[in-house]
Amino acid sequence: MSETSAKKRQDWIAGMRVMLPLLPGAVPFGMITGAVTADAQFTALQGIGQSIIVFAGAAQLASTQLIADAAPLAVVILTGLVINLRFAMYGTSLGPHFGSLSTGKHALIAYLMTDQAYALSITRYMSDAEMTPMAKFRYYMGGAAAMWFVWTAATAAGYFLGNKVPASWSLDFFVPLSFLALIVPNIRDRATATAALAGGGTAVAAWSLPFNIGLFAAALCGIAAGYAVEVAAGRRATRSEGER
Amino acid sequence: MSSYTFIWLSILAIGAGTFLLRFTFLQLAGRVVLPHAVTRALRFLPAAVLNAIILPAILRTGQGTLYFGLDNPRLIAGALAALVAWTTRSVIATLVAGMGSLWVLQAMF
Repeated sequence: MSETSAKKRQDWIAGMRVMLPLLPGAVPFGMITGAVTADAQFTALQGIGQSIIVFAGAAQLASTQLIADAAPLAVVILTGLVINLRFAMYGTSLGPHFGSLSTGKHALIAYLMTDQAYALSITRYMSDAEMTPMAKFRYYMGGAAAMWFVWTAATAAGYFLGNKVPASWSLDFFVPLSFLALIVPNIRDRATATAALAGGGTAVAAWSLPFNIGLFAAALCGIAAGYAVEVAAGRRATRSEGER
Repeated sequence: MSSYTFIWLSILAIGAGTFLLRFTFLQLAGRVVLPHAVTRALRFLPAAVLNAIILPAILRTGQGTLYFGLDNPRLIAGALAALVAWTTRSVIATLVAGMGSLWVLQAMF
């Protein structure tokens, strides 16, 4: 049975819809990122090119600031890459869902990978076992492509105009709120709840560490804590079975 | 090296390296059957990493530091939004509760 084009369109739109509340947060962040490239003497093509070629806000912002501070090239590059190490985790987590797809599609998924695209796709895949790899791909692409357009436009606007979004609007707050709405329904057992608490706690404790190291540490601690709780629960279950 | 060349080199190198980070692991995890322990551990990644983004973003102040006081409007708004997310499981309700209460609290303080 082949999927109808209406069904295909629905998958794209569903991904786009879930991305929608995550887009306002990208606007001030993108405008600041663009404005900083203008201050650091990037040409317009370099400012916009950075968004298209790197497409990772935190790494773009940090590397631009280092360029403005006249840091050595190796430091600029390494900083950008260390900040982006988290994409290795996201890739490992998403990979099994796209296993049967072509290398070209893998490349497209990889290029458009963001915290937001990861969040909306993995939370959906976890709660919907019926989705085919192609439906997962379309859902991902709908959301990820919307983010690409908004990010590129916001950084370009920021390059020419500076950041025009007042901080008092707090548009960045859309990001934690949307992530909350995505993850809460997926916290279904004690092990996952422990992973969430350990991840959040580690991130707060490691907040002052540079280069997004806190996020990476939080992921590892969260996974370890969740895993430990699950293993302990498994042991308890086996023991009580033995007693029966 | 001119600053023009320097900037292009940094963009191209970070772009290429970032793409490889994104692509290599996606491709590997898609083509290879992961050990059971890894699959089991990966189940906890979304909760751990998303909460690691959520919590500091809720505790952050305008100065970029983290603040736990009850007079931090983002903390109150975030807690309220978490409660709404938990009880309603609705994205719209969570956004309305969180943004609405943050805007009201910021106008008051």
